[in-house]
Amino acid sequence: MESVQSKDASVVTILDPKFKYEVAREPGGENIKYCFQCGTCTSGCKVAELDRKYNPRKIIRMVILGMRERVLASDFIWLCATCYTCHERCPQDVRIPEVMNALKNIAVREGYIHPAFRAQAELIAGNGRLYEVDELANERRTDWGLREIPQGSPEVAEIFGMTGLADLLSGGAGGTS
Amino acid sequence: MKMAVFLGCTVPVRNLSYELSAKRVAGELGLELVDIPEFSCCGYPVKSVHHETAYLLAARNLALAEEKGLDICTLCSACTSVLTEVARALDTDEALLDTVSKNLGMLGRRYSGKVKVKHFVRVLYEDIGLETIQSAVKRPLDMFSIASHYGCHYLKPSEIYDKFDHPEMPESLDKLVAATGARVVKYRTQKDCCGGAILGVNEETALSMARAKLDDISSSGADAINLICPFCSVMYGANQRKIGSSHGVKYNLPILYYPQILGLAMGISHEELGLMQNPIKPRALLAKIS
Repeated sequence: MESVQSKDASVVTILDPKFKYEVAREPGGENIKYCFQCGTCTSGCKVAELDRKYNPRKIIRMVILGMRERVLASDFIWLCATCYTCHERCPQDVRIPEVMNALKNIAVREGYIHPAFRAQAELIAGNGRLYEVDELANERRTDWGLREIPQGSPEVAEIFGMTGLADLLSGGAGGTS
Repeated sequence: MKMAVFLGCTVPVRNLSYELSAKRVAGELGLELVDIPEFSCCGYPVKSVHHETAYLLAARNLALAEEKGLDICTLCSACTSVLTEVARALDTDEALLDTVSKNLGMLGRRYSGKVKVKHFVRVLYEDIGLETIQSAVKRPLDMFSIASHYGCHYLKPSEIYDKFDHPEMPESLDKLVAATGARVVKYRTQKDCCGGAILGVNEETALSMARAKLDDISSSGADAINLICPFCSVMYGANQRKIGSSHGVKYNLPILYYPQILGLAMGISHEELGLMQNPIKPRALLAKIS
């Protein structure tokens, strides 16, 4: 950790210069250091157009500067709609949606998970899918001449246990700011 | 041609008419779609939370298809992207295949890395072909004007899709619509995302993204919006009334799934294609062909 003299509370005083290497080691984060801040990603981003909280160019700059806690505890990293428009256009092949995934993966291990994503993961762990296929849903499927879908999946629950995601979810990973 | 149909999470519960029409049309065109009830979530929703879990979920689904000796045909574009990404990674990265195989082994599954994944519409476009589709049309839909929404993961990231269509200037879906005889409507916001992936993170932003396109298509003169992804349907169909009422607008823009459009053109009844089960009932549209 490196400390920088600050004039007021809004100035970032604690930077982790190794953060960019940590992100680059994460699947999807490999190309982050190629970013030269051209802003092509943000200028074509439909989320950024509507919501000033999300600015992919700025998020990448924050990572490169080492603003580790500020980035990982934020809710803006969860705002990428994964439309891949920036991914197609980035002249430096930074693979921005994958960088956002890398940041979210690290955030989850650090105890930060957006409640919507926590809810989705828990549903999949429990049901094997995002929506429970209950008796009523299966009756409706049968009426339509479509095949019934089994409830739950022990193998999916086993996968969550095997990879450690079940522990991360039950370990009380908190929300985001 | 025989493929395993991958329904994903949303289609078999919330978009039954998409599943019904896709299976009906496939049958007519000689594409046999086989259900594998053990398929689970594709892995996409947990990719941003836990990469390894997403890859293992996808790999297990690929293994289930391989056990049956079948390639995968998907209906949801997000499922298409994660299953394609993982199938390609396992086909080219031996070290990754080794690691994944060890984990699959603990589940009593094995995977050799050879399953191919394609979106249903891409199968129609590349494997069935426009010519066969055109010759199957018995009732050209020249009374319809259709605005297609490609969505994101059907085309992007383009590096995993062998560049079968251009991510910035796509044409496959418009060509498939034209093959039914319908008029293709071009509109300014055609390439924009529906916003579905962030609906749970910031509903206002997500619905504003969907609204921009609903406004644009409504003023374009289209009779309906053509969709190929169940989550886009949640945004433009299931949420259409909510988006309209929060902005004092009354949209009446039916959403259709491409196999429903094709099915109508092939002379299949709208009941068999589930058209009146769509989130927005296409009454005015159906009156045009009756």
